[in-house]
Parts: sequence; C-alpha cells; structure tokens
Amino acid sequence: MREALKLFIAVLVFSAVSGGLLAVVKSATQERIEYQQIKFVKGPAIQQILKGCSNDPLNSRFKIMDGTMDRSFFVGVFNGKPDTVAFESAGKGFGGDIGVVVAINLATDKIVGVAVTTNRETPGVGSRVRSEPGFAGQFKGQPIEEPFKVKGDGGNIDAVSGATVSSRGVCGAVVASGEIYRRLKPKIAEKAKSTKS
Amino acid sequence: MAKKTVFQEFTKGLWSEVPPYRLVLGLCPTLAMTKGVDNGFGMGIAVTFVLVCSNVLISALRKVIPKNVRISCFIVVVATFVIIVELVMQAFTYPLFLQMGIFIPLIVVNCIPLGRAEAFAYKNGIVASFADGLGMGLGYTISLTILAIIREILGNNTFWNHQVFSSVFQPFAFMVTAPGAFVCLGLMLCLMNMLGKK
Repeated sequence: MREALKLFIAVLVFSAVSGGLLAVVKSATQERIEYQQIKFVKGPAIQQILKGCSNDPLNSRFKIMDGTMDRSFFVGVFNGKPDTVAFESAGKGFGGDIGVVVAINLATDKIVGVAVTTNRETPGVGSRVRSEPGFAGQFKGQPIEEPFKVKGDGGNIDAVSGATVSSRGVCGAVVASGEIYRRLKPKIAEKAKSTKS
Repeated sequence: MAKKTVFQEFTKGLWSEVPPYRLVLGLCPTLAMTKGVDNGFGMGIAVTFVLVCSNVLISALRKVIPKNVRISCFIVVVATFVIIVELVMQAFTYPLFLQMGIFIPLIVVNCIPLGRAEAFAYKNGIVASFADGLGMGLGYTISLTILAIIREILGNNTFWNHQVFSSVFQPFAFMVTAPGAFVCLGLMLCLMNMLGKK
C-alpha cells in the first residue's frame, strides 16, 4: 500500500510540475504566436493582393460567424474607401487542402486578386500554383460569380502545366469563396464600412 | 566494459553510436525533415535541446524516480521539453515551425530521448548524462544536416534556400520526394557500414 502511494505521488508531482511550467511558457508566448501566425501564414498573400491600399490590412480585420466557423476578413482601403475585403477559403489539391486568399471589391463584386497561402502540393510541381504569378493573375478583374474551371474541364483558366489537380484545387477554392461572399455579403459590407480609412 | 570517460561518452554519439546511421533510431524525422538544410538542422537542434535537458533532469532525479513508474516519468519530462520547444519555435521562428509541423510534437515518441533516458541517464551521473545527450544530439544534427545537404543540392539545386549551381543544372526532383529520402538514407547507411567495417 505504501509502495503504491509512493508511485502515485511521484507521477502526480511530475505531472503537476510539468503542467505548471507549460502554463507559464504558454502564457508568455501566446501573444507573439498569434501575431506570427497572421504575419507569416496569411500576411504575405494578403499584402500582395491588396497592394497599394493605404491602410494595414492585417490590423483592420474583423470576424464573422459563418455557421459554426469564425472567418477572418481583412479590409483594404483604396482611395479613401474601405471597399475591398480579402478572406481565405480552401480547395482540394493533390496533397491536401490548398488555402487561397481572395480579395473582392464590394462595389463591383469583381476579384481584385488571388493568392495561395498554405499548400501541401508536390514541391516544384503542384506548388507552382503559388510561385507562378501568371496563374493567379488570371482571376484578376473577373466577376466572383464566375464558375471558375480549368480549360481541360471546360472553363477559362489556364492550368499550370503538369499541375492540373492543384490548379483545379485553386479554382475550387475561388468558387468556394464566391459562395461565402454571396452568403455573407450584407454582413461583410456593414462591418467593412466601419473601418477607419 | 571499462568505465568510459566523459569525453568518450560525448564522442560516441558523434561516430560509433551516431543515432540515425548506427543505432538506426529516429528515422521518421530523418526521412521527412531532410528536404532542406534549414529543416534538417532545425530538427537536429530541437532534438538536441530536448535530449540534453531531459538527460540532465532525469539523471538528477534518478534516485527519486521509482523504478516501477520510470517510463511514465521519462515521458512526462520529455513531453514537457518538447512542448516548450514547440511554443518557443512558434513564437520566434514561425516559418521553420510551419515547415516542420507535426514532427516537433513527434519528438516525444521519437526513440532517441526516451532511449537515452532509459539506457543511460537513469543509470549515470549528471555530467556523463549531459555529455551523452549533447553528443547524441549533435550526432543527430550532423547526420540530418548531411542528408539534407545531399538532398537539397541534388533535388532542388539550393543550399539553405540559396541557389548553388547555375540554372543550367536541372534539379533531380526525385531526391526531395519521400522515395528519394529512402534511397538517400539507404546509401548513407551503406556508406557508414563500409566505413565502420574492420
């Protein structure tokens, strides 16, 4: 009995000390981690497609509940008007989900820019949907309602050669963001208006 | 076996018992994290930190840890240091953390820290355990870095994300895929066995 109690206390003490230590480290790093996540995951893509805006889109962001999911929207101010929003959606790629940020002009419902954020596509093959600017550039200026497809599927988007599945994934993500946009547009427009220019 | 000096405990991890090539331990990150030199090196440093800390702590507490529950205690110690590494990496080297992803938490179930705790730190003094952990960790880091150098240069024509040869050299993309990792590791093991043959 005493032996068992000793074992119990040993493991208990170890776990308690470990838990306490981790709580301290976690709270010390939490704020920095949140900032880094936005800066490195979505930051470069958002800044790239909202190029030329007069505010910092990473700081003027808001959240809208979409079903059970919290979605973040980033507002870009152009010519003094907060009329462009960027947000992330996902499409099925070759190696998993491809994250795509799409920026849409609220007044014209046209795409301002598209950029790939996270992807697990084959390096040097599928990952070119991210690194080849010509591919994402094709979406620019097109109405968001368009049912985007690669040319092989009867659409009007040139797939990156050798990476049809990944290109299809990006198209799927843009179509998905069109659906999100249609669903949430009134809420987005209302929240974006209150952004300081 | 004669008692080894602290220096010998340190150097055995670098050559005669180098983890991935001689003990053939910790292969999962060895295969997955050697696509680029930055990944391989970062993984090695993370493992080294965990290994040194857990070895020293377990050695210091070896008289307190009851024999019957030693594995649970080892795992708690190793897991604590791994999560610390994970949080610190997220806070300061986020891009590297993104590339290494799941392989950081997987250090917990990596055989090396637990293996060294059971096989060495629980039976030896603090100084010897420190030397053992540091040697094993550095041996692991060097092994991963060498494999990563070969794979990154041949497969991607880059070293630490900088181009090596002129663009005329067509990278051998097979090397950065998973099968390429197996082939490369197999050749390294073969080489190490040839060198080790007396």
